[in-house]
Amino acid sequence: MIFAVLIPLIIACFIPLLSKLKEKIHTGIFVLFVPLSIFLYFVQFLGRDFNPIRHTYNWIPSLGINFDFYLDGLSLLFALLISGIGALVVLYSIFYLSKQERLGSFYVYLLMFMTAMLGVVLSDNIFVLYTFWELTSISSFLLIGYWHFKERSRYGALKSMLITIFGGLSMFGGFILLWVVTGTTSIQEMINQVDVILDSSYLPLILGFILLGAFTKSAQFPFHIWLPDAMEAPTPVSAYLHSATMVKAGLFLIARFSPIFSGSEWFFIVVSLVGITTLCWGSYMAVRQTDLKAILAFSTISQLGMIMAMLGFGTTAAVFAAIFHILNHATFKGSLFMVAGIIDHETGTRDIRKLGGLITFLPITATLALFGTFSMAGVPLPFLNGFYSKELFFDATLHLDSTTFLAQAIPYLAVFGSIFTFVYSMYFFFGVFTGPKQLDKLPKKPHEAPIGMLLSPIVLVAGVILIGLFPNIVNAPFLLHAAQAVNPDVEFHKVAFWHGFNTPLKMSLIVVAIGIILFVTRKKWSKVYTILPGKLSLNKVYDQIVEKLDVISGAITRSYMTGSLKNYMSIILASTLIVSFVFMFITNGFTLEYDYLADVTILEVSVVIIMIIAAVATIFTNHNIAAILVLGVVGYGVAILFVVYRAPDIALTQFVIETVTVALFLLCFYHLPKLRKSTDSARTKMTNLFISVGFGALMTMVAISAHSSNWFESISDYFVETSYKLGGGHNIVNVILVDMRGLDTLFEIAVLGIAALAIIGLIKLKKDKGAQ
Amino acid sequence: MYKPNDLVLRTTTSLIAFILLGFAIYLLLAGHNSPGGGFVGGLLTSGAILLMYMAYGMEVVKKIIPINFTLLIPIGLSFAVGTGLGSFIFNVPFLSQTFGYFHLPIFGEIELATAMIFDIGVYFTVVGVMMTIILTIANDQ
Repeated sequence: MIFAVLIPLIIACFIPLLSKLKEKIHTGIFVLFVPLSIFLYFVQFLGRDFNPIRHTYNWIPSLGINFDFYLDGLSLLFALLISGIGALVVLYSIFYLSKQERLGSFYVYLLMFMTAMLGVVLSDNIFVLYTFWELTSISSFLLIGYWHFKERSRYGALKSMLITIFGGLSMFGGFILLWVVTGTTSIQEMINQVDVILDSSYLPLILGFILLGAFTKSAQFPFHIWLPDAMEAPTPVSAYLHSATMVKAGLFLIARFSPIFSGSEWFFIVVSLVGITTLCWGSYMAVRQTDLKAILAFSTISQLGMIMAMLGFGTTAAVFAAIFHILNHATFKGSLFMVAGIIDHETGTRDIRKLGGLITFLPITATLALFGTFSMAGVPLPFLNGFYSKELFFDATLHLDSTTFLAQAIPYLAVFGSIFTFVYSMYFFFGVFTGPKQLDKLPKKPHEAPIGMLLSPIVLVAGVILIGLFPNIVNAPFLLHAAQAVNPDVEFHKVAFWHGFNTPLKMSLIVVAIGIILFVTRKKWSKVYTILPGKLSLNKVYDQIVEKLDVISGAITRSYMTGSLKNYMSIILASTLIVSFVFMFITNGFTLEYDYLADVTILEVSVVIIMIIAAVATIFTNHNIAAILVLGVVGYGVAILFVVYRAPDIALTQFVIETVTVALFLLCFYHLPKLRKSTDSARTKMTNLFISVGFGALMTMVAISAHSSNWFESISDYFVETSYKLGGGHNIVNVILVDMRGLDTLFEIAVLGIAALAIIGLIKLKKDKGAQ
Repeated sequence: MYKPNDLVLRTTTSLIAFILLGFAIYLLLAGHNSPGGGFVGGLLTSGAILLMYMAYGMEVVKKIIPINFTLLIPIGLSFAVGTGLGSFIFNVPFLSQTFGYFHLPIFGEIELATAMIFDIGVYFTVVGVMMTIILTIANDQ
């Protein structure tokens, strides 16, 4: 099975090579065999008594991350959709894309997407599923931005990327929590541990994260905004990704995890509510659009919302209807996108205001559109599959498990959404193919599309009619297993056109009646759209978020990245100060102990007083030479203290070093400009004063505490005892420096050497002024 | 052109510089048993050379002490690393020092320690570094 998943990716490696031949043979012809063979491979699993198949290929066994492929009814349905519609889309693209396009890139992205999508639906391992999930986002990004020279394409690609990756990452978070709770990476094993998951305190987080991933991918309200902008992609991509496959990945995820989450009341509430909201909002917004593909995009959103809502209901009837509608939607929406592509291709525009009366020029396309749109609207005719699933949907809304207020409102909302579905479906068909001819507005003179382009929509429409005429052909061998994978209680359910004059049929008739009235009078009420969405458009929210993120993060960075070393120093010191003080306060770290203190002598006190005076004087000196000399006093004071504390080596070194540094300072300051009076504001000065005094206080407190807490015996006795015995010297300091801790000295002289070389580099190798 | 005649400075320098150099060598050699060592010795040596430089100027000092001070840095570092590597010959860890008592013709009974070679390395490095830094900065126009 791994080959079925990976073959597109493997073939994709050879596409750039084959695309060199594109002048002679369209690259798509080579590609066509890939989805076709995968489709044939999966067809063999169809049957009445189909048992799930599992294959495992090791990837990272130590982490439990393996290619665990699991083929049950649900995966099979999606795998067949992906490969079947994939083959039709490739066939369509051969005629749609001219040989001047970058065909190599197009088919590489498309095949990449195919692998990713097959991986998503076939993976049993959550982490592998996530890997493929992100690959769908990436390949979809590449496909939407295929015409990268168009600004709208780049905008749409970025938008879809941001939203779907946002959801994908949150889903990953949910997966990790699931893994933490259950200890397994396999979805099927998680289903066996439903109780563990439902009892877990992480459940709200898991549910929220995973639902967020599914909602963003499936363009549910309010994350649906990326889908209309993704219509900038070439039409075959829209037909494939944004109607039949990728947007259904979210539905697949919900369906896959339904056995786990359906026990939670929140799952019902959130998924149903979001689904039904999406259904209503999407269909309402679709009527407003003027671009053919935008109508279809909002229609896709609304249909996905409908399926999502049914998966949320979770009842046996609803799950079966959802699965049925996934198949139906793929057939009619795929064909409608292709029809829109044909119209675009043959007339040069997709603007419905410029189109009209095309039925005489494009009779075959018009016929195909008729079946597609009427099936989408759910017109009660016995050869349209959309009607069956809509009936089942209405039926499901009436028989919910729940008795909440939401459950009472759902049937009305469903009818409301369906009315608009009817309106935009009629608008799509009658707006394009009937009415006045406006040939002068069209960039091209319309004529019927070539047969190759019509082939794919014909096959899909044939599917619509076939399922419409014989709904039970697909039902028993195919959909039943898929539905049972979602809800094991689903039993064989015979779908028939006529159930008697029952409530769902009445609802359908209401939809048709009100729909016709609204469609005829739509010019009169379309002002509604200036009120809602009006200023409440979610696109504006998105644009604002993206723009504000830029602006705010820029402002934050600019606020502290001033380029002033003074500011950075203040920030470093102040944060050290705060952290240390807080830490000292929390741990009660400050201690004061008098036991270890020695007596103070007059000499020490006087030296220290002189040093303090000199240190303070340094701050207030305005002349640089004076500052250096006064600072030298501090250095010599330290040297005297070393003498007092009987450290002759250090005292010697300190004396010489102090002298040399003072001399060096004098040499350097000869070149530097004079010290200026500080121009800082009083407030900055106060802050600096506060920070420096605080830091001094902090260091004093740390020193006192450190001195007061004498926890261990000093190791110095060892040095005193063994200095002569082991090192052969009486000068303990020197023996430590060159013998016992010689490595430190080695690197200290290395540091000195590097400093000298750096100074040579700095001064001798500097470039002349003006030189580049 | 006005040229100062600093006779006193030059005369005292030729005396003091040698005393300083001698003291520096003493500090270096005595460092193992009394205060001093390679570091202070090196500093003091560069102090002496600096004094000569101040009194007589660059040209003269370069003529008397024709040493490229920068070259002393790698030499000193090689001494220091060399004593460390030497310990490998005797199959002991890096930088293991040892010492012993020897009878030499002129000096008589004397203590020699390998740490001395290390200290000489420190000495050379410090002289090289100090002179390099000061001369580089002082000669920069």
